Amino acid sequence: MTLRDGMHPKRHQISLEQMKSIATGLDEAGVPLIEVTHGDGLGGASVNYGFPAHSDEEYLSAVVPLMRQAKVSALLLPGIGTVDHLRMARDLGVHTIRVATHCTEADVSEQHITQARQLDMDTVGFLMMSHMSDPTTLVKQARLMESYGANCIYVTDSAGHLLPEGVKARLGAVRDALKPETELGFHGHHNLAMGVANSLAAIEAGACRIDAAAAGLGAAAGNTPLEVFCAVCEMMGVETGINVAKVTDVAEDRVVPIMDFPIRIDRDALTIGFAGVYGSFLLFAKRAAAKYGVPAREILIELGRRGMVGGQEDMIEDAAITMAKTRRT
Amino acid sequence: MTKIRCALIGPGNIGTDLLYKLKRSPVLEPVWMVGIDATSEGLARARDMGLKTTSEGVDGLLPHVVADGIQIAFDATSAYVHAENSRKLNALGVLMIDLTPAAIGPYCVPPVNLAEHVGKCEMNVNMVTCGGQATIPMVAAVSRIQKVAYGEIIATVSSKSAGPGTRKNIDEFTRTTAGAVEQVGGAAKGKAIIIINPAEPPLIMRDTVHCLTESPPDQGAITASIQAMIQEVQKYVPGYRLVNGPVFDGNRVSVFLEVQGLGDYLPTYAGNLDIMTAAGARTAEMFAEEILAGRMVLAPKLATGTPHLAGCGAH
Repeated sequence: MTLRDGMHPKRHQISLEQMKSIATGLDEAGVPLIEVTHGDGLGGASVNYGFPAHSDEEYLSAVVPLMRQAKVSALLLPGIGTVDHLRMARDLGVHTIRVATHCTEADVSEQHITQARQLDMDTVGFLMMSHMSDPTTLVKQARLMESYGANCIYVTDSAGHLLPEGVKARLGAVRDALKPETELGFHGHHNLAMGVANSLAAIEAGACRIDAAAAGLGAAAGNTPLEVFCAVCEMMGVETGINVAKVTDVAEDRVVPIMDFPIRIDRDALTIGFAGVYGSFLLFAKRAAAKYGVPAREILIELGRRGMVGGQEDMIEDAAITMAKTRRT
Repeated sequence: MTKIRCALIGPGNIGTDLLYKLKRSPVLEPVWMVGIDATSEGLARARDMGLKTTSEGVDGLLPHVVADGIQIAFDATSAYVHAENSRKLNALGVLMIDLTPAAIGPYCVPPVNLAEHVGKCEMNVNMVTCGGQATIPMVAAVSRIQKVAYGEIIATVSSKSAGPGTRKNIDEFTRTTAGAVEQVGGAAKGKAIIIINPAEPPLIMRDTVHCLTESPPDQGAITASIQAMIQEVQKYVPGYRLVNGPVFDGNRVSVFLEVQGLGDYLPTYAGNLDIMTAAGARTAEMFAEEILAGRMVLAPKLATGTPHLAGCGAH
């Protein structure tokens, strides 16, 4: 469960009370792992990604002590966060660290994965924008993360661009290549309404960790909707350990009321999925569109054309200004 | 005309690109290339270009320092060995330009604080990071007009130009750059972000600088200051270019830059590496001019105590 991804559509402004309320609801519903940090991970507080309502320390200190069965996870993107943040998270009782890199750049995660393992943390290598790599390339990157000490590797569909066959091909290849004890995970986005279908395909290919968000609260058209996924799993006889009624109540009563706008597949979220663009670019593109008079959809397509990867939010305003100049001439 | 004789330590990408630049310098003469692998391509290339070489590391250079009149050395190896290299060469009166992240000497960003270091006759200066060289001049351009409460830089480099050293210790980049955004750029608080992008063809280095000023920004003065600073950087990195901005949004001042390299040894997209070697060469040239003019005399650094400043002339 990723409350962390839910920070994106909330512009990182979720209050401590909201964070606690949703996290305790999920804990009670049986969700095993809950991720809490800035949307762009530990140390994400910035002009570039947005300053959050509270620091990572404040969110983690508020949530961790309240958990009865759930463990808390923190995301870290090397190049944004450092091992200092990782140690801070560990000291606050974070159980799982997910070290995220672009799907071709796993070697920047060595010092963080190594450190997390030395601290005896559940350590995940998180390969973002996986649709940009073929299965063979992904295998090499997954092996690197495993060699640094990751005990779980995620294929992350940051753009919500993959279709079930693509998910299976990637996870299947990674499964075959990694040690049998290394777990696999999948993180989906719902931009093409494939969140649930892709997650099921991932399970079929060997994933045992699936990211989802109550009411889908996540970047772009959101993550795989947790309550829907749990219901489907129950119908299929896949054991999740999560109470469907309780998690549905969390989605309806605690998450939907805090949304700034409905999380749905609008034309811009669809463009992100269709063109394969980083999901959290959505709101930045909408803001740049309003400021510079260039449609968000065109900005997003341009960013895809330029091959922008996760974290390059600065290039959204840059692209919009350049496009606006071109239009005037 | 007399030139100041130099040694380069580390015949990798940075060392080799630097060698090309030094070959063109009116005041510097590269004489030695120091490596640790006798079969390395970089040493062979340096030999072909007329340099003396050793594969015995800095210890292989030391016996020749005095006889060959080496006065400036560039270290393009790693933070782990830099301190030792610097100590040994400083002891012989050789000034050290540090292109590693070791940063045992003060940070040097030429258009911002090089003159100050030359004035103090520093014996070891550190070139910060590629992202720092590309962005700190812009932070300084804002902070010299009005107080900057927060400075943030985002450096995007192509995957092909990010070497194994950077990748293995990426935290060093974010920490060192953030520190220098404060110490040299003049921001009260600094933050640095690095992104590695694998697009093909490789993208040219991009850098974004966000400053939050304490009071509403004086748009005219800041714009003029930024443009003047860009011209200063262009003196040694001609491909340093303002793509967009400055954008003013409340107290936010944002500048969007591109750094294209000269393509000496490294491809032009690797502006991140070019700006490091160009800044290193520029720094050495300014020290060399002082030495040639007799205003600075390098002397062996005493075995103990602070850097030896004897002979530093009046300015």
